[in-house]
This record gives sequence, structure tokens and C-alpha cells, in this order.
Amino acid sequence: MTGQAPAASGDVLIRVDNLVKHFPVRTAGFINRTVGQVQAVDGVSLAIPRGTTLGLVGETGSGKSTLARCIAGLIPATSGTVHFEGRDITNLPRQRMAPFRRNIQMIFQDPYGSLNPRRRVGAIIGDPFAVHKTVPADERKRKVQDLMERVGLNPEHYNRFPAEFSGGQRQRIGVARALALRPKLIICDEPVSALDVSIQAQVLNLLADLQREYGLTYLFIAHDLEVVRHVSTSVTVMYLGKIAEAGPKNPVYDTPRHPYTAALLSAALAADPEAAAARQRIILTGDIPSPIDPPSGCRFHPRCPKAQELCGRQEPPLEVKAGDAATHLAACHFPVTAGEKLATASRRARP
Amino acid sequence: MALLEVEDLTVSFPTADGVVKAVRGVSFRVEPGQTLGIVGESGSGKTVLTQTLIGLTPGADINGKAVFDGTDLLQLSEAQLRRIRGARISVIFQDPLTSLHPLYRVGWQIAEMVRAHEASASRKEARDRAVDLLGRVGIPRPEQRVHDYPHQFSGGMRQRAMIAMALALAPKMIIADEPTTALDATVQAQILDLLLQLQEESDTALIMITHDLGVVADIADDVMVMYAGRAAEKGTKHQIFYESHHPYTKGLLESIPNSSVAADRLRPIPGQPPSLINLPAGCKFHPRCGYVLDRCVCAEPELVRIDAVADHGSACWLPAEAAGVGASAEKLREQAVREGRRGAAVEVAEAIAASPEVA
Ligand SMILES: Nc1ncnc2c1ncn2[C@@H]1O[C@H](COP(=O)(O)OP(=O)(O)OP(=O)(O)O)[C@@H](O)[C@H]1O
Ligand SMILES: Nc1ncnc2c1ncn2[C@@H]1O[C@H](COP(=O)(O)OP(=O)(O)O)[C@@H](O)[C@H]1O
Ligand code: SF4
Ligand code: SF4
Ligand SMILES: [Mg+2]
Ligand SMILES: [Mg+2]
Repeated sequence: MTGQAPAASGDVLIRVDNLVKHFPVRTAGFINRTVGQVQAVDGVSLAIPRGTTLGLVGETGSGKSTLARCIAGLIPATSGTVHFEGRDITNLPRQRMAPFRRNIQMIFQDPYGSLNPRRRVGAIIGDPFAVHKTVPADERKRKVQDLMERVGLNPEHYNRFPAEFSGGQRQRIGVARALALRPKLIICDEPVSALDVSIQAQVLNLLADLQREYGLTYLFIAHDLEVVRHVSTSVTVMYLGKIAEAGPKNPVYDTPRHPYTAALLSAALAADPEAAAARQRIILTGDIPSPIDPPSGCRFHPRCPKAQELCGRQEPPLEVKAGDAATHLAACHFPVTAGEKLATASRRARP
Repeated sequence: MALLEVEDLTVSFPTADGVVKAVRGVSFRVEPGQTLGIVGESGSGKTVLTQTLIGLTPGADINGKAVFDGTDLLQLSEAQLRRIRGARISVIFQDPLTSLHPLYRVGWQIAEMVRAHEASASRKEARDRAVDLLGRVGIPRPEQRVHDYPHQFSGGMRQRAMIAMALALAPKMIIADEPTTALDATVQAQILDLLLQLQEESDTALIMITHDLGVVADIADDVMVMYAGRAAEKGTKHQIFYESHHPYTKGLLESIPNSSVAADRLRPIPGQPPSLINLPAGCKFHPRCGYVLDRCVCAEPELVRIDAVADHGSACWLPAEAAGVGASAEKLREQAVREGRRGAAVEVAEAIAASPEVA
């Protein structure tokens, strides 16, 4: 339904077509029966031009991390394809995946959980060198210290343990490790969500510097919409395993076409009391439904302020809406029009 | 009269590594029906400060006064505090699972809370109250959902159940410690709206602890910015966001990505917060401060009023003109840049940035 990845200008580094990832749901009992499928990712297509950043947003459980793990080859896709520099790398066996894996690295949200507490940071950052045998053992330490310096860590802290670093520093350790093999694509899954704002800004600047310096391409997952706007070239909004809207960041943020994008943006909190007082939040009823038994037709219809009878019956294709640029896509039968007011709740009456 | 008046509160924890000075002389007040936002980086003492008020920091050395509705909370016995907790001051935590027991039905837990504090309430009355409360916080079909276990609720619903529990005994004050940090934007907005609405209905005072300046901008009346266990700055929401004086407050506001300022690079605060066991001398922010003066390195500034008309306080040696973004504040900033003033952490960051690139 979602069809092919949108034609992207320039040199596409990574391209995903109709990717599907379902997880079987089994009864927890003596006899394990499959009773359903979690439709975590259900037909997602996207393309990231080299040297750019694609921001991926959506509520918890919308399938962002699952999509990222499929792209990185950490879990097999149920169907669909992933092309890296034009070559099909979908579900490659371990051996044949190795050269690509070097080029696709991940940075995770939890700088605590993703580092082994009993290993020294020098060893942690140097791991990729050891695994891929790219650097002789006697040169490893110097290489690792260069990396530490590059990400703003003190190279003298080579022998320290993760617990001796702050949250922001631990995230830098993650960045250094991801950089070790000079990858082309770095998938950042909520890389700054656990950090305080002042530290978050340090890490975002570092990622921007590295991108400029090494021509890196990023897939950047975050729930903070201002952060995503700051770092991204284009943005993809997911809802329950599907793409709701995608396009260059400014049109998506300034003139969202999908009611879900509009609702998400209207709920974001600006650090500005006057903007907060003027905020008109679009009311969504209910919580995000279960991906085991997603709603029929448009998956957003039970919560959508614009839903009509057709929406529950027919799935809307992801397509360019009238008047939009060819790169701005939305999956909605009744897209939001410029200046349209959706049902909103203004803030309290209090001064 | 203020509902809560905290005066010069100090909390420290003796540990094997040394004394952790978590809160160092903090004073503030909360009025009925008002919201005080407390912001600051993690480890700045926000949680310890508020947990101390309700007797949840065992093993701590506590000094100061915290008068709530005429009684000094710090002088109460554990039994007396237990009667206040939940009934007159209730708490909402970031992770509802720390307060909701996984093995008991949500409705039963709310009803038991009611019965524990109100001996006269019958089982049926308490049950009806639970249904009513779940309805008030926006849980659909509450008469059915009271029978659910916590794991059958989504994250947003659990947080609502927590709020229902916090409201059960009509407290005079609610302490909400990062109540929406784990939630999605749409759910967070719903929960904040709900808190405001309930507060207006019952004139409850609210202390909202968060590291998210967006939450504060949205919901607070007054704001206290904490740094290394102290109030760096205190004022109305308007003063803190538009007339901030303390370089730490300014730094926080400037480090947020903001689409209206189309800057390529963000302006982070360099370095990181200090160890609370081994605090720097003088102003605790001086290693990270771009305005640092000689005096800052040896003498710690007190929180003083910087505004003649309104109660706006800042713990910083800079003159009052540093407040806001007007011409005089800008002049002070330019002067600091011209004189090449920068804290030690800034110098370290610059040295690292200037080091040779990775080969
Ligand atoms: N190994 C698994 N087995 C079964 N279900 C899974 C598995 N991994 C993920 N899921 C389910 O797939 C859906 C998508 O999960 P995913 O982690 O990709 O979401 P996300 O968008 O990254 O959310 P968040 O913002 O919370 O990180 C969820 O319903 C999740 O529970
Ligand atoms: N029981 C304890 N023993 C020792 N140190 C503690 C204890 N509780 C908190 N601290 C320390 O007190 C400081 C302030 O913590 P906290 O109030 O939780 O910060 P915040 O809520 O602002 O993130 C931290 O350095 C923390 O590690
Ligand atoms: S297709 Fe219908 S239900 Fe779906 S987003 Fe558009 S209007 Fe809403
Ligand atoms: S100017 Fe001095 S007193 Fe003020 S924050 Fe900076 S270092 Fe502290
Ligand atoms: Mg995820
Ligand atoms: Mg805390």
C-alpha cells in the first residue's frame, strides 16, 4: 500500500522498501501457540540521501526502534527490502553482512544500560577494532584515545569504568564506539532523551560536527519534536507501524497534512510561557491502540478528529497531497488544509 | 498566609565516600491554588528537597524549618507524618509502578488508601470513591476498569490512576516529581491539562518538579531554578523566562533547540554539574560560567532580591542589570566576552576542541 520509497534527490545511502516486521504473540503456557502477530512495522518505505539526517518521530510503540533494528540488521525483517548503497542487504547471513555492519552503527538511548559496567571504557570503545580486526592490537590504545579526544572525553580516562562517568559522558562513550569503524550511517535511537538540556545540547553539537567532518548520514529517532527539527533534513512520522507523514522538515512542521502530525505538534511544549498560554491543543481521544489488533482502514481513525465513515473502511495511501512538494507525503483521506482549525482545547482561563 | 513556608532547609547524607550535600539552605513558599515549578539538572537536589518535607529521606541530616499549614513538618514523628502523607500532602512519581502494587487491582488500591485514612468509610463507599476518582481523571468506563490490574493499564492510564490516588483524600498540596517525563507528548499534554483542571476545582497547591522547561512554561506560576543543592534563581514564571538574571538560568534557556532561532549550533552550558561531595569553592557554578569574576571563585553569593518591585531573587554576584536580554544585560555579556572570562570547564572544553583531529 505504501508503495515504493519516495524518489529522493541526490545520492541515496540507505533505502527501505515496504518493510514489514511482525512479532508472533504466543500463549505463555505449556504448549506455545501463536495467537497473533504484533504488527510492529507494517509496510514502511524511506530513503536517506548521503550526508543528511532523517528524523523519525511517533508515540511509544509506533515501531521506530523496530524499524531501526531491521535496518541495522540486528533483527530479520518479515518482508520488504533494505538497500545500502544500492545493494540489497535484507536478511543477509552473518558472514555476508559483516562488511555492511561496519558501515551501519547504532547509538542507544540508555547510556547506562548499553555499556558493560565491568569493562573499562578503553576496552569498550576499542571493541569494534577487536571484532573487525581493523587495527593491530598495539595501535588500538592510541586510536581509542584519539576517538575519546574527538568526542570530548579526556583520553587519560582510558582505564576508567562507565560508572565513573556522567550521563553525558557515557553518551559520548557510545558515540566514540559507534565512530570507531568510520561508519557511513549512524542510527541514533533516542540518543539524548536521558540527558539534561545543557548536556543534550553538547551531544547534539558533537553529532552535528561529526556529520560535517565525516559526511555522516543519520537516522535520528527522538520524541522531542524541537530536537528533531533542529537536527533533521527531513522527517518521517510513524503511527502504529505505518508512516503517517513524511517530507522535508519545514513543510511537515509548518503545514502538517496528517491530523496525527498536527496533533503531535500541537501537544509539544515550548519553553516559552507566552507560547504556552496561546497553545491550542488538538484533542485526541483515547490511547494508542494495540499493534496486535490494529484498527481497520486508517489506523488512526478511532482517535482522529477528522475521521469519517470511509476512514474505518479503507486504508489511505501515502501520497503527495494537492499543492504540496513532490517530496511531502501524507497518508490521509481528508488531509488538513492550510489554516484549518481542528477541534482544540485552549488552556485554562486563568491569567 | 503561605500554605507551605520552607526556611533555610539543609539536607545531607553521610556516605562512605564523604558527606553528600544534597540541599544547602533552600527557602521558598507555596500558596494555596498556586503551582511552584522546580527545575534543575539531575542531581541538583529537587527530589531530596521535596521528599524531606514528607519524611522520606531516612538517614539524612536535616536542618531548617518547613511550616505546612501551621505545623513544622521537620519536627513531626514518623506516625504523624504518615497521617499527613497522602491525606494532606500527596505525591505523584515519575514511574507509577513504584506506587501502584502490581498484584492488586487498581480500584482496590485506591479504596484501601481511602479506608486507611478514613476509618468511617465503608468498603462500598471507598469502592464508589475509587470509581468516581478514576472517572474524574478521564479513565473510560471506570466502573469496569477499577477491577483491572496495573499492567492492564497503558502508561498514560497508570499515571492517571496515580493522580486519582493522589486526589483521593482531597490533599491541600500535591508534589509531582517528574510526573510526565516518561510519557508521550500527546499524553503529557493531557495529564498537565488534567492537573491544572483539578487544581482549579479544589484550590490545591502544586509543586511540579521537572527538568523540562517546557512543562514549567506550561503549568507553573512561580519557578525555582536549582543548581548543586541551592536555589540559583527564584521568581515568577515571567521573570525566569523573560528576565532571567543567573547565568545558569540563561544557559538552560539558551541550550534548548528552538525553531524560532534558526541557529545552526546550540549553545550548551560547558562542563557538567559538580560532585556534591566535593563542591567547588565560591559560586558552585563558576567552573561553567562565562561571566565569572574574581570574587566568584572564592565567595558564594546568597540569593538576594534583584528587583525592587517584585520578589525576584538570584544567587549571583552580577549586578541587577544582568537580568533579561535588554541593552544593559547585553553590555555585561559583551564585556565578559571581551575580557575573555570563562570558567575552568570552558577552558577544558576549548582545549579539547583545539586538539588535533582523529587521523
Ligand atoms: N521482540 C519483540 N516481541 C514482541 N513484540 C515486540 C518486540 N519488540 C517490539 N515489539 C512490539 O513492537 C511494537 C513497536 O515497538 P518499538 O520498540 O519499535 O516502538 P518504538 O516506536 O521504538 O517505541 P518507543 O518510543 O517506546 O521506543 C510495540 O508494540 C512493541 O511492544
Ligand atoms: N539516600 C541518599 N544517600 C546519599 N546520597 C543521596 C541519597 N539520596 C539522594 N542522594 C544524592 O543527593 C543528590 C540530589 O539528588 P536528587 O534530589 O535525587 O536530585 P534530582 O531530583 O534533582 O535529580 C544526588 O547527588 C543524589 O545522588
Ligand atoms: S484517513 Fe481519516 S481517520 Fe485517518 S487521519 Fe485521515 S481523516 Fe483521520
Ligand atoms: S557570575 Fe559569578 S556568581 Fe554569577 S553565576 Fe557566574 S560564577 Fe556564579
Ligand atoms: Mg524505541
Ligand atoms: Mg529526581
